[in-house]
Amino acid sequence: MSENAPMRPPIESGCPDGFQYMHPVMIKNFGAWAYHEDPEPGVLLHVAKSGDKIWTVRCGTQRILDLFTLRKLCDIADEHADGFIRFTIRSNVEYMVAKEEQVQPLIKAIKDAGFIVGGTRNSVAMISHTQGWLHCDIPGTDASGVVKSMMDELITEFKEWNMPNRVHITTSCCQINCGGQGDIAINIQHTKPPKINHDLVANVCERPSVVARCPVAAIRPALVNGKPSLEVDEKKCICCGACFPPCPPMQINDAEHSKLAVWIGGNHSNARSKPSFQKLVAAGIPNNPPRWPEATAIVKRILKVYKEDAKDWERINDWVDRIGWPRFFELTKLPFTKFHVDTWRGARKSLNASTHIRF
Amino acid sequence: MVKKYETPMLDVLEEGPWPSFISGIRRLANEHPSEFINDITHSLLGQLEHSYETRKGYWKGGTVSIFGYGGGIIPRFSEVGDAFPASREFHTLRVQPPAGNYYSSAMLRQLADSWEKYGSGLVTFHGQTGNIMFIGTNTNNTQHFFDEINDYGWDLGGAGPCVRTAMSCVGAARCEQSCANEHKIHRLLVNNFMDDMHRPALPYKFKFKVSGCPNDCQNAIERADMAIIGTWRDDMVVDQNEIKYYIEKKGRKYIIDNVVNRCPSQALSLNDDDTLDVDNRNCVRCMHCLNVMPKALSPGEDKGITMLIGGKRTLKIGDLMGTVVIPFMKLETDEDYDRLVEIAEEAIDFFAENALEHERTGEMIERIGLVNYLEGIGLEIDPNMISNPRESSYIRMDEWDQEAEKWNEAQAEKAAS
Repeated sequence: MSENAPMRPPIESGCPDGFQYMHPVMIKNFGAWAYHEDPEPGVLLHVAKSGDKIWTVRCGTQRILDLFTLRKLCDIADEHADGFIRFTIRSNVEYMVAKEEQVQPLIKAIKDAGFIVGGTRNSVAMISHTQGWLHCDIPGTDASGVVKSMMDELITEFKEWNMPNRVHITTSCCQINCGGQGDIAINIQHTKPPKINHDLVANVCERPSVVARCPVAAIRPALVNGKPSLEVDEKKCICCGACFPPCPPMQINDAEHSKLAVWIGGNHSNARSKPSFQKLVAAGIPNNPPRWPEATAIVKRILKVYKEDAKDWERINDWVDRIGWPRFFELTKLPFTKFHVDTWRGARKSLNASTHIRF
Repeated sequence: MVKKYETPMLDVLEEGPWPSFISGIRRLANEHPSEFINDITHSLLGQLEHSYETRKGYWKGGTVSIFGYGGGIIPRFSEVGDAFPASREFHTLRVQPPAGNYYSSAMLRQLADSWEKYGSGLVTFHGQTGNIMFIGTNTNNTQHFFDEINDYGWDLGGAGPCVRTAMSCVGAARCEQSCANEHKIHRLLVNNFMDDMHRPALPYKFKFKVSGCPNDCQNAIERADMAIIGTWRDDMVVDQNEIKYYIEKKGRKYIIDNVVNRCPSQALSLNDDDTLDVDNRNCVRCMHCLNVMPKALSPGEDKGITMLIGGKRTLKIGDLMGTVVIPFMKLETDEDYDRLVEIAEEAIDFFAENALEHERTGEMIERIGLVNYLEGIGLEIDPNMISNPRESSYIRMDEWDQEAEKWNEAQAEKAAS
């Protein structure tokens, strides 16, 4: 391109209209659906007030799609699903068909292509994950690899309806927690303060905004070896890593000391109880690529106890609300430590101010 | 000559029954006809293996944008580019999906063809903010790729301190629980703020998420600065014959244990003739009983939305839920929708003017108090906004009489209308 070539101005069209890519039966019955049924795992049947029906087949993929895989998904849509595809919030693929006789050939085509049908109702849904080492600028771990390793072991739970209610698992590669809230969350937990490269701070970091970013005011400007830099009060530091994104020379990730922690009971739905945030249950888990077996083992242990002990329709938070935290630690045989007792703002609200104790 | 790398740790991730992202990347590296794609994906695998070995990430941000925009690209420059030169630049384009995440195969193929020309061949539907993530290309190609897909209807999403890409659930197109036109709300809200999305100049991010019912499949209350949740205010619709059928099928104990006793506000009871008694005045629209018996129970006819403001993730003061700021609002007429957009404009203007740098709306509300915030965006207080009234007497209340009078007048006005 020559230097004087005019640049093309963007068309600020924003979010496209989804109706142009919607199955005609869904357009016709928009806002007029009567009920749904679950004919088999991975399949939904929605029935409209008009009597029209639409079957949805849901499948899990590797999420990081290469062009071959994306086109394979399109081929399945063209051959078996009238050319329509949608993606769920957990990156599952959904095909929608208006005739019952399309369902089984569609399922067969999906399975033959190597994708996994499931993830509906009381299954373990696809793990919602973040970018990790593949593409993030601040990750303590990988996301795709953790998810792949875990789904390899939870695949039966994805394909079948074995759980008391649905289980949403999330991962996050730093403590900002982009993965969000989950019934079970596997998140990075740093355990050592950042290691500062004082030669670079002055040139790379906008120091006042780094100071302002610290949640516990542990960072202050300092002259180190005659250079303007930042220093961390390591007694105050909570090792959260919030300073690392605005100041890359404050390296928080550590091959040994960045650990994984497991949190449970995050629930986005208003069903039964109000939406809830996840609570810490296990930490100090090694960040152990390529398969992270220790983290998977803890997740499986929690799922096993949940499956055995929870009642129908109890999400993990509902279940623990009923049985209490002492029983949770007893049943899962996870250690209860001083780190489980909250110290953050509003923490006293999480303490037991009653004689409500189960024996 | 394409440079290849040994990747013994990643090779392990090609095993096992779940589809492998490594196998997909490797196929691009080994089998794709484009040498650009072979090179960049081999190099990516090399760097990723290096991360697996050393347990560190090696991408750094920077400044890359397309002409006319300040955001929407996630710039990635490799810190180990000398060892893995083909993926030295590996930027992501965030592209806004259609409302509700609907696609046709024809459209996906068109996007795939464009990405094949200009990118690594890796794409994700969708990132956690809700964007299509076209992962991995160099600075020049971000512009070319954008120009091409922008011509046929796709626009960049948000990145940085700006209005972010919005999300909405499957919605009224396929869900009997839907109480709103999620896709219309989604597009009206976010498309009104394209300038605030494409030219990041807010204190920090601002997210809209729309869920059609209180099941909140989009995690809006937990994750969105402005959450719009469909609901209804009249009686839920009960098909008593279907209730009887459920009881016949599942047993009375099952319905008592799993429907009646799980109602959070004790608004349900089972009559002696196996019909369901609903105390609609005390139903909090939690959705549980509708979820268990979708054929027997449905949302009422007088539908609308609840708005919550201030949800966010951990940084900086900890995770926050959204707070109710509008308990119920009809969305039927053009004026209703105009009012919704107007409230969003007020919320973003107030955020722009009053939030500290890198402070989310929820944190600002925590700092200044809900009452000041509501005053700032022109909304009236309502007891639905609180779990309980204040527990501390440490507040100055010398304007009590005026405030009580304000409430009484408003109630009288409501009663008269």
